Amino acid sequence: MPPGVERGDRGWYFTSAQMGNESPAVASVSDRFSSADVVAQAIADHRHLRGALLPILHAIQDRLGFVPPDAAHRVADGLNLSHADVQGVISFYHDFRAARPGRHIIKICRAEACQSMGGRALESELKARLGIDFGETTPDGAITLEPVYCLGNCACSPALMIDTELKGRVTPERLTLLLAPLRDKP
Amino acid sequence: MTTVYVPGDSAARSVGAEDAAQAIARAAAARGDDVTIVRNGSRGMFWLEPMVEVVTEQGRIAYGPVAPGDVPGLFDAGFLAGRAHSLCLGPTSEIPYLKKQERLTFARVGVTNPIDLAEYEAHGGLRGLRAALAMAPQDIVEEVVRSGLRGRGGAAFPCGIKWRTVLGAEARPKYVVCNADEGDSGTFSDRMIMEGDPFVLLEGMAIAGLAVQASKGYIYLRSEYPDAERTLALAIAAARRAGLLGDHLLGSDRAFDVEVRRGAGAYICGEETAMLESLEGKRGMVRPKPPLPALEGLFGCPTAVNNVITLASVPFILDMGAKSYADYGMGRSQGTLPFQLAGNIKRGGLVEKAFGITLRELLYDYGGGSASGRPIRAVQVGGPLGAYLPASRFDTPLDYETFAAAGAMIGHGGVVVFDDTVDMAEMARYAMEFCAIESCGKCTPCRIGSRRGVEVIDHIRAGRKASGNLALLRDLCDTMIHGSLCAMGGLTPAPVLSALDHFPEDFGASRGAKLL
Repeated sequence: MPPGVERGDRGWYFTSAQMGNESPAVASVSDRFSSADVVAQAIADHRHLRGALLPILHAIQDRLGFVPPDAAHRVADGLNLSHADVQGVISFYHDFRAARPGRHIIKICRAEACQSMGGRALESELKARLGIDFGETTPDGAITLEPVYCLGNCACSPALMIDTELKGRVTPERLTLLLAPLRDKP
Repeated sequence: MTTVYVPGDSAARSVGAEDAAQAIARAAAARGDDVTIVRNGSRGMFWLEPMVEVVTEQGRIAYGPVAPGDVPGLFDAGFLAGRAHSLCLGPTSEIPYLKKQERLTFARVGVTNPIDLAEYEAHGGLRGLRAALAMAPQDIVEEVVRSGLRGRGGAAFPCGIKWRTVLGAEARPKYVVCNADEGDSGTFSDRMIMEGDPFVLLEGMAIAGLAVQASKGYIYLRSEYPDAERTLALAIAAARRAGLLGDHLLGSDRAFDVEVRRGAGAYICGEETAMLESLEGKRGMVRPKPPLPALEGLFGCPTAVNNVITLASVPFILDMGAKSYADYGMGRSQGTLPFQLAGNIKRGGLVEKAFGITLRELLYDYGGGSASGRPIRAVQVGGPLGAYLPASRFDTPLDYETFAAAGAMIGHGGVVVFDDTVDMAEMARYAMEFCAIESCGKCTPCRIGSRRGVEVIDHIRAGRKASGNLALLRDLCDTMIHGSLCAMGGLTPAPVLSALDHFPEDFGASRGAKLL
C-alpha cells in the first residue's frame, strides 16, 4: 500500500499527510512508523474498556506528546467508530494537540484567583520572554506555551505548570529561575 | 528515630516542599541524625508552606515556611526535639487557624501518610464501611438522607434523595461516578482530599456502591491534577491488596471496584451529563434532563453522580451517625463545608467549618485580609459562575438558602479575593470570555451569547453607546439565564450582573449610580 494511503473499513482514503496537512514536526518516515506503533499499542491496551476513546487518545499523547493527524483513522477503525466521531472528540478537548510540542510544556493559569494576584501581567511577561503566544513553540523547540483554567493552586497564586510540576507564587524573578534549565537542555 | 513530616501535596511542592525535604534529608545524613521523612498531605495553611512538622514528646511541632537555606539553622536550634526557632509555630494542633476549624471530612488530611492504609484505619478509617456492610441498602440511604448531606460540587442537591432514586431504579448494572473535575477557580478541596487522604474517597464510593447496589465506580479526574492521579493509583492498588476494593469488600460477599478516568481539559465536563458523555468516550456535550442520570446515566444505566467532597463526607456519617453530622450547620445547610480561601488573601487555605460562618469571619479572622495589604473590594464565591460580592455583603452567613436569596451561590466553597486594584468590568468580560472558551456549544444562548457578551462589554468599556449597550447586556444575560441548557450558560450572567450592580463605576457610570 503506498505511503499516506490507508485501508479502512469504509474503503480507501488518503491520510492527512498525503493531503499536505500534516505538520512538519511529524513528517519523518521513522516518526510515522513509530507513531503508528504507539497508536496500535494504545488501541490494543484499552479497547476492552467501555468508553475507551479518551484513554486511548491520552495513551497516544502521553507517549508522543500529541495525537498525530493520521491517528484518528486508526483509532476509528480500532473502535469501530466513524472518523468524524473520533476527530470530533479530539477537537473538542483542549488537551489534545495536533502537532508535536516543544521539549517542555508550560501551562499558565488564566483563571480568577491567579488574576487577583497579577496573573495577567505574569502571562504577558512570560509571552514576551518566550517570544511566543499560546499554542506556539519557541524556535529552539524548547518550550510550548498553553493556557490553563485553574490548576487547583489558588491559595498560592499566580500558578503555572511545567510539564507535570506545579509551581506557585510565581514572580518575574522566580520565572527566570524556572525558565533557565528548560532552555539550556539540548 | 525522629519522624519529620514534609507535605507531598502538589501545592506545597509548588512552593518548595521538595527542596525542603531534600535539604532535611541531607542535613540529617551529614549530622548522623536518625530521621524518617513522611510525605503527608497539606494541613491547608498555604501561607506557611512548606510547613514541616516534627514528632516530639509534646506532640507534633510545626515550622514554616521552611526554605532549604533555613534547614541548617533548624538543626542547630534543635528542631528535631521541637525547640524554639524563628520559624517555629508551636504545636500544629494549637495553631488558631487549624484549631478553630471543624474538620470532619478533612480529619486525616495532613495528619497521616496518604497511601498507608494501616494508618488510615488507625485514624478511624473503614469504620463507616464496616457499619454500612452490616446494613440494608435502604438503611444506608436513609442514614444519608437524615444527615442532611447535600451535593458539595455546587448544586447542593440532597445526596440521600439522589441515592434513593438510584436504589429504586430497576435497570442493571448501576454505577457510582465520582466527579473529580474540580474546575472552579479558587477551589482545591477535591485535590487536597485525593492527594492527602484518598482512602476516604474510596471508602465513600464503596459505601455509595452498597447503598445504590452498584459494583463499579468511576472517578472522572481532571487532567490538570497529575499528582492526584498518581496518588489515587497508589491508593487504589493498596485498597485492592487489602480488600477495601474488589470482589469481597472487607471479606464480605459484596463487590466494588473503582477505575480512574482522566478528563482532557474541558471545564464543561464538570457538569454531570457532559461528564457522563465524556466517560462514554464522546465530546463533552450537555444532555437535556430528564432523564435524570440517577435513572439513565452512564451508558444509559442508573448512576449516582457525586462530587469528591460529598463522597468523602459519607464515611463520617456512617461511622458517627447522621445526627452527629446534622448537628453542624444552620437551617437546611447541615454539616460542614471545606471552604477554600484563595486569590489575594494573606492567609489562603482550607477552612472546614459548619455552615453559617460569615464571609467576614473567613476573610478577616481566618484570611487576615488581602495579601497585598490593600482593602478587599470584591470576592467571588462559588467559582467562575458565582456572583461578585462587595464589602457590604460580607456579613452574609454562608448557607445555601441565604446565599441564594442574596443572588449568589456557595457552589463548591471557593472564595476568591480581590483588592481595590481590580477592574470589575474586566472581570465581567472575563466571565463571558471564559464561557465562550468553555461552552460545549450545544445551546445557542451559551455558545453565541457568551461571544456577543464579550463584544458588548468591549463596547461599554470603550464608551461606545454605553447606555444602549448596557441595556443590551442585561437583555443578553436574561436570555442566557432563561434559555441555556445547563448552569454554564445559565450562571455566567451571575458574575457579570453582580459586577454591574455592585460596581457600576467600573463600567463608566458615576460612583454610586445604579446602571439601568
